[in-house]
Amino acid sequence: MKALIKLIWVEFKLYMRQPQAAFFALVFPLLLLLMFGSIYGNKPTPFFGGHGMVDVSTPAYIAIIMGSTGFMSISIIVSTYRERGILRRFRATPLRPLAVIGSQVAVNFVVTLAGAIILVVGALLIYHMRFSGSVWAVLLGFTLSTLSFFAVGFVVASVSRTSRTAQIFAMVLYFPNIFLSGATVPKEIFPPAMRTISKALPMTHVVNLLQGLWLGNPWSKHLVEVGALAGLLVVGAFVSAKTFRWE
Amino acid sequence: MTSAITVSALRKTYGPLTAVDGVGFEVRSGEIFGMVGPNGAGKTTTIECLEGMRSPDSGDVRILGLDPRRDGYELRERIGVQLQQSSLPDDIKVWEALDLFASYYRTPAPWRPLLDELGIADKRDARFAKLSGGQKQRLFIALALVNDPELVFLDELTTGLDPHARRAMWNLVRAIRDRGKTVFLTTHYMEEAEQLCDRVLIIDRGNIVALDTPEKLVANLQAETRIIFTVEPGYDPAPLRAVAGVTGVDMTGGKVTVAGRGDRLVILVVNALDAQGARFRDLRTEQPSLDDVFMAMTKDEIGADGGAR
Repeated sequence: MKALIKLIWVEFKLYMRQPQAAFFALVFPLLLLLMFGSIYGNKPTPFFGGHGMVDVSTPAYIAIIMGSTGFMSISIIVSTYRERGILRRFRATPLRPLAVIGSQVAVNFVVTLAGAIILVVGALLIYHMRFSGSVWAVLLGFTLSTLSFFAVGFVVASVSRTSRTAQIFAMVLYFPNIFLSGATVPKEIFPPAMRTISKALPMTHVVNLLQGLWLGNPWSKHLVEVGALAGLLVVGAFVSAKTFRWE
Repeated sequence: MTSAITVSALRKTYGPLTAVDGVGFEVRSGEIFGMVGPNGAGKTTTIECLEGMRSPDSGDVRILGLDPRRDGYELRERIGVQLQQSSLPDDIKVWEALDLFASYYRTPAPWRPLLDELGIADKRDARFAKLSGGQKQRLFIALALVNDPELVFLDELTTGLDPHARRAMWNLVRAIRDRGKTVFLTTHYMEEAEQLCDRVLIIDRGNIVALDTPEKLVANLQAETRIIFTVEPGYDPAPLRAVAGVTGVDMTGGKVTVAGRGDRLVILVVNALDAQGARFRDLRTEQPSLDDVFMAMTKDEIGADGGAR
């Protein structure tokens, strides 16, 4: 326990020492919001079902943060640690593999949450974002979504032989997900074929779930999303536990 | 005297390659035990099987009474390990690494004195990526000592260090032993093994070829002592051939080399020179060293690039 807490703290400091990862998780979503907010403002419009652009985009941008911590940070950090022999050095101590995994989950969860809070505060202060859901429901949906993305990140780290491969996998996951899930470009403008592709992407389910909970939808309207994300979490956690390698 | 390590019939193969071919030996508590051998001889495979980092195909290994495979976590509480290939995150600071690794153990040693002992106290706040090779090496030694281990494994401890740093490292290893710890190290510097180790194991192609104190290994080789001196032109070295123990005399230019055996060889040769009335200068002797033992026992492997495993 002592080791896990210390490892989380050190990993947190290390995370903050690499500006690029912190930028994508903490700053980039807010920049997106400012960019599109300055174009469209937050007036309710029939295009967004009677909501403002910021009202529906804020939960969608939270999904982007999860993509950057889950798909990118976790997979790249863990595969780099393995490639460079850092995990090997850890293995020569009594440290348990679960502590290594737990520390990455904890740090990246805190970063994801911090990014989401920065984004929400920005949306509230600048665009007077409307929120008609339950904070607890959103937090629960946020946690489920975040952990399922983290599971994907650990699987990518396990199946990648090098950190270079992990980076490529991470990019291949991140970009289609942020562009085709409705997280950046509204799904409302997609042609039917693209909507079908979109349905296969994990981030689409996150965007749908968070947007729905944001507007106060009941969970019963989001069983598909909850099922898909819970499935991803269980399968991802199982696969990454089975394939975890120290070297 | 109790054993820190007992190994019997240890065997490890990688596909068609037999890295370690049934070796057995014992390391006593409180000694500095060295394993030397050419590249690819099986040193790293052996040490990693002892540390529990690698599973042997067969054989019995007991480290501090524990089986590294079954009691891995318990064993790692009590040993310190310096690996040949390993690293730390680029941005971790020296003190953070020590503090972090200390937290991994039930009973860590205070890490601040280790910084001083290893001469990296001024690097306390430096990031790992900014350290020189020698500083990184010293940090890894500090990490290997951070749990106050009973037994320390040092794999290629001084590779890549300059002569000053190497000697400082030797003193450090002696200090570890003097605190009652056992040290198991691998090296490919014979001078290091000779200076540092209480006993040396020579391994070649997965087999033990010799195991003894450096002095006995050298004595058993029965290698010749060589006496070298400079003489004035016109000197005739022929009478030296008759001196007891001398096996060969060579004269090139003004430089004479006399080879031979026996404790009294030098005295007999000098007496003979004196009896001849020869004027000689710059006389020195070359004693056989562990290097000669190594070269004699591990023939034909020079230049073989088998890598570390």
